Amino acid sequence: MSEIPADLRYTPEHEWLRVEGDLVTIGITDHAQDALTDIVYIELPGEGDTVGDMGEFAVVESVKSASPIFAPLAGEIVDVNTALEDAPELMNTDPYGDGWIVRMRLEDMSALDGLMDAAAYAAMLGE
Amino acid sequence: MTNLWSHKGAEGMGYAQPAPLLHEDDLPLASGLLRSSLPRWPRLSEPEMVRHYTGLSRKNFGIDTGFYPLGSCTMKHNPRVNEVIAQMPGICDVHPHQPEHHLQGLLSIFHEMQHMLSVCAGMDEVTLQPVAGAQGEFTAVRCIQEYFRHRGEAQRTRIVVPDSAHGTNPASAAMAGFEIVEVPSTTDGRIDLDALEAVLDDTIAAMMITNPNTLGLFETDIAAAAELVHGVGGQMYYDGANFNAIIGRTSPGLMGFDAVHYNLHKTFSQPHGGGGPGSGPIGVKSHLAPFLPGPVVDVRAPRDGEKAVDDGRWYVWREPEHSIGKVQQWHGNAGAVVRCWAFYRRYGRELRTMTEHAVLNANYLRHAIHREAKEAGVDHLFVDGAVTDVAKHEFTLSMLPAKEATGVTAMDIAKGLLDRGYMAPTVYFPLVVPECLMIEPTETEAKSTLDAFAKDFVAVVGADADTLHAAPITTPVRRVDEVYAARNLCVRVPDEEL
Repeated sequence: MSEIPADLRYTPEHEWLRVEGDLVTIGITDHAQDALTDIVYIELPGEGDTVGDMGEFAVVESVKSASPIFAPLAGEIVDVNTALEDAPELMNTDPYGDGWIVRMRLEDMSALDGLMDAAAYAAMLGE
Repeated sequence: MTNLWSHKGAEGMGYAQPAPLLHEDDLPLASGLLRSSLPRWPRLSEPEMVRHYTGLSRKNFGIDTGFYPLGSCTMKHNPRVNEVIAQMPGICDVHPHQPEHHLQGLLSIFHEMQHMLSVCAGMDEVTLQPVAGAQGEFTAVRCIQEYFRHRGEAQRTRIVVPDSAHGTNPASAAMAGFEIVEVPSTTDGRIDLDALEAVLDDTIAAMMITNPNTLGLFETDIAAAAELVHGVGGQMYYDGANFNAIIGRTSPGLMGFDAVHYNLHKTFSQPHGGGGPGSGPIGVKSHLAPFLPGPVVDVRAPRDGEKAVDDGRWYVWREPEHSIGKVQQWHGNAGAVVRCWAFYRRYGRELRTMTEHAVLNANYLRHAIHREAKEAGVDHLFVDGAVTDVAKHEFTLSMLPAKEATGVTAMDIAKGLLDRGYMAPTVYFPLVVPECLMIEPTETEAKSTLDAFAKDFVAVVGADADTLHAAPITTPVRRVDEVYAARNLCVRVPDEEL
């Protein structure tokens, strides 16, 4: 049973999105970090990079595998959590807090409506 | 055991630096390139050296010390007669720069291997040059790339791989400059033809796939997939990692493939537990043959003065017309090729029986594990990685039920098996199976070994979680801290420790 905060949006690729004004913070879910096991490295994008819908913007490496992280929606990356470079384990210990990955300015905020809410994500996980 | 690098020894013991042949002032080198101090190599007597290496060998685990069911790696017994043949003076004491008339015996072996591999895979030409499967993949996708450039189809910049592919497939294609298109598998673990068709267009250069796939399943739709890819002008590439499951029964050529790599060290035999030396020849259909790396070995009738060996034929090196260039020197790892030639010569047409026994052993072990688990009441702790009646030469198990019930992971089971004297199966691959164990017994294991492993495997699955989390406790090195190792990469001995 993983933690699924009620106030976030979710993608089928196990990312979460938190809307804060006109920006969106993105990270990976508790379920994702548990499945990946211990994360040892992350390749981060640069601030100002633009990514397309489902564009790859980061790569997370655990002791098990390397997994690309996709931008669920198109936009510009305005902030990057560089603390993850030295402490990628924050994604394991605090996936919804200090383990956030990027903040984006979306091209189209209404596209958020197409993503899952907590109940739908829980249903997808079968929890 | 002695720490070799920290052992300074006594003056006059072991290694000694020879006096320089030239005075420093006479060396044709810039002064900045000269060493300012002698290398700090260890000084050891012969008995100390022998104890060092014997000590290391006793900490090692290999196919010679126990069962090694490492899925996808095909760890089979290496017949000792291979070593005898590979060390014959006419084979190991020659150099490829010698004149061809010195090399006729060795070249005839290479030529026979090229021919045998072509026949087994349904291909037209083979190069023995690549020294690993991944290098074979890279070589083949480069040949495909050059083929399209020659045809004026340089817009083909994308390569399709299924989501169950070996990680080296997308890596090799990316290294050659291709963009990777991943297609999902069906829920039963095979190619999804609809998903494949959806990504196909005239920018596709090739599809890379292994058959049987990494779940140990035969791709029953492979001919249809080949037709789809050929339909948009793409090439079909066969990853030969699982060739041990089909050799003599069917061939990549029959399935519609245009290029294939062979892992000689897996399918035939060559000790490869420590990462090599391997041998990864590739075979191609005739339209790709002009692009192969050179030289390849060719044959013709002897001319005046050429004294042919027993078979009355003359063997020569030949450069393919539009070669992509070398990926290694000459014929790659000659010793590995010769060992595999010796292995093949012992089997001949019975390679087919070898494959049948490999598949039989895998299926026998799979059923034995399920039967033992049921009797022991632990069959609820794991499931098949893919639903099928018959696997090929390997099979997968998912330990997800155990993880959910008791917190025991696939890694814990793998470590528990080490304590019972086995090499662990491959873990966490393929990625499409959660908590995956991938088991490949090969044809060289006896029924009694498989029976014992099935019992021990089930005993490990049934052990209590704390024991398994703590395993292994009987090995020279206990549980390795992989997280620490990955986060604190150290690839050379620091100077101060030398």
